[in-house]
Amino acid sequence: MPNPDASGHWGEFGGRFVPEALIAALDELEAAHTAALADPAFTAELEKLGREYGNLPSPLYFAERLSEEAGVEVWLKREDLNHTGAHKIRNVLGQALLTKRMGKTRIIAETGAGQHGVASATAAAYFGLECTVYMGEEDTRRQALNVARMRLLGAEVVPVTTGSRTLKDAMNEALREWVASVDHTHYLIGSVGGPAPFPQLVRDYCRGIGDEARAQFLERTGALPDVVAACVGGGSNAMGIFTAFLDDADVKLFGFEAGGDGYDTGRHAATITAGQVGVLHGARTFVLQDEDGQTIESHSISAGLDYPGVGPEHAHLAATGRAAYEPVDDAEAMAALEKLARTEGIICAIESAHGLAGALRLAKGLKPGARVLVNLSGRGDKDMGNVVEYFGFAGAPEKRGA
Amino acid sequence: MHAADAFAKTKAEGRAALVGYLPAGYPTLADSIKAVDIMIDHGADIIELGLPYSDPVMDGPAIQKAADQALAAGFRTRQVFEVTEAVAGRVPILVMTYWNLVERYGVDRFARDFAAAGGAGLITPDLIPDEAGEWIKASDEHDLDRVFLVAPSSTEERIISTVAACRGFVYAQSVMGVTGARAATSAVAPALVERTRKHTDLPIGVGLGVRSGDQAAEIGAYGDAVIVGSAIVNCYLESDDIPSGHQKLAELTADLAAGVRR
Repeated sequence: MPNPDASGHWGEFGGRFVPEALIAALDELEAAHTAALADPAFTAELEKLGREYGNLPSPLYFAERLSEEAGVEVWLKREDLNHTGAHKIRNVLGQALLTKRMGKTRIIAETGAGQHGVASATAAAYFGLECTVYMGEEDTRRQALNVARMRLLGAEVVPVTTGSRTLKDAMNEALREWVASVDHTHYLIGSVGGPAPFPQLVRDYCRGIGDEARAQFLERTGALPDVVAACVGGGSNAMGIFTAFLDDADVKLFGFEAGGDGYDTGRHAATITAGQVGVLHGARTFVLQDEDGQTIESHSISAGLDYPGVGPEHAHLAATGRAAYEPVDDAEAMAALEKLARTEGIICAIESAHGLAGALRLAKGLKPGARVLVNLSGRGDKDMGNVVEYFGFAGAPEKRGA
Repeated sequence: MHAADAFAKTKAEGRAALVGYLPAGYPTLADSIKAVDIMIDHGADIIELGLPYSDPVMDGPAIQKAADQALAAGFRTRQVFEVTEAVAGRVPILVMTYWNLVERYGVDRFARDFAAAGGAGLITPDLIPDEAGEWIKASDEHDLDRVFLVAPSSTEERIISTVAACRGFVYAQSVMGVTGARAATSAVAPALVERTRKHTDLPIGVGLGVRSGDQAAEIGAYGDAVIVGSAIVNCYLESDDIPSGHQKLAELTADLAAGVRR
């Protein structure tokens, strides 16, 4: 398994850039996670939970009509069919089970649009843990439905009013709260970022995506895909599907970052493509930052990709060339979302549409019949507000013959 | 001038040192220089200049707000050297900074420019010695103090390795939580100082939460330095204008300075 070194680094990336006050908790977490993964009782319980509660393993789906249009075989890993509608259930079930194992009684989480918050609240409800979710004040207004979901699930939602009032500030606030409550609280981080061991830990709980997909692909086609594609914000779904293929040298790995209004406008979230190496939220990685190292606000139509950092293992995969990362702008992602809806009857999350759009763009340069595996990381129900606005679907449908 | 110079004096006087913190560039660039002068005039022994950062994960609301304001007014990293140069010479000036700002400026370049401005060293709240190879080298090269933190949650082993990497003094984070003035200081702080003292001869500064002369006296009874931040920032946050803030700061500093002399 491609683990970081003993100090939590992949090459120059990763590590622990956090207050000393958190180091003991991170050490405890690392030891607990390692022991849990080596304990057949833990892994069996997690597997059962995924199967019976999470609707795992998710299906591998051959998108026939889309493939005809694209000129390559498009295979979709249907994480959108998981409980709570995305790959995120894997991470929260793993971390919540680990929380119980560590004897902690409370989880805290950060959330942007609310998807990780809802997933965390779900896991907390399932395990009977207290749950507090930090969410940028602006996002609590825009995503009122997800706030309601979290509350229904019994979580407390704390609007964050500091800094830019977005995901990154919610993460700052969660880290602050964690320092003060670390003795009984686990920080259930939402992506493969943060200080070691979080990037590895979240990846370990998400890697089932790729492990399943690789076996399913071999079983269905007798071969491995030529290309594996996924969207990358923090990068948990992408690490989840990439990990199983890292040693398959012939399988090309592509991560698609949010290009926002267009890469050249400067209003985007293409952290690897446009960022520089720096330290954010506890890890050395690529960061969207100004000349002085102050974090720059990211922009994307997809709240889940709208983050100015990226998981350090992605930074390492980019630096070593094992995976390639390219931006996909809002327009290209929304076109892919519409195309998938109309050719396959699947409404995916706008995040996942970035991965699909990138794969379809890539397809033009591939040999006919090449096999492309796309991680369809989530479903689009949560995004219908954006969809209505973007495509102008508001108002009554036109009457026939009117 | 190094932190050791201030501690030699306070030790001779049989008291704890008073360390005053203010973000550079707050309430304005010029007034941050004035504020430092006020603190020194009223009895601060060491000054800690904060470097405003967009994502200050260790700071509570007061310091966050001050840093935001400084950044909104266009504060640039290099201006911390201007402030340092303007106030250096009377007491040791340390900079407290989140690590990305130093890394972005260039670790050796930062150390060089800060030393040239008359700075004493850095306090690095999100840099642990384990990640500090480049900074340890640069601080040796440019003869700067390097102050790392120990916390109530630190294991014995980590206290040992952390104090071994420190120069100047050791910063004991006295509560598990972010910066901010508190009515009661921490009960765990004396225990942390005692655990730390077993492993070092360096002075131990105690921070987070101090807002009055009484608290300063209480901490000065077991710590070698009393570090005050949010209460100083509050002088300006809670004033209608900057001159009133300066006035409040003068009074607060005098109260704190009397506290460490009790």
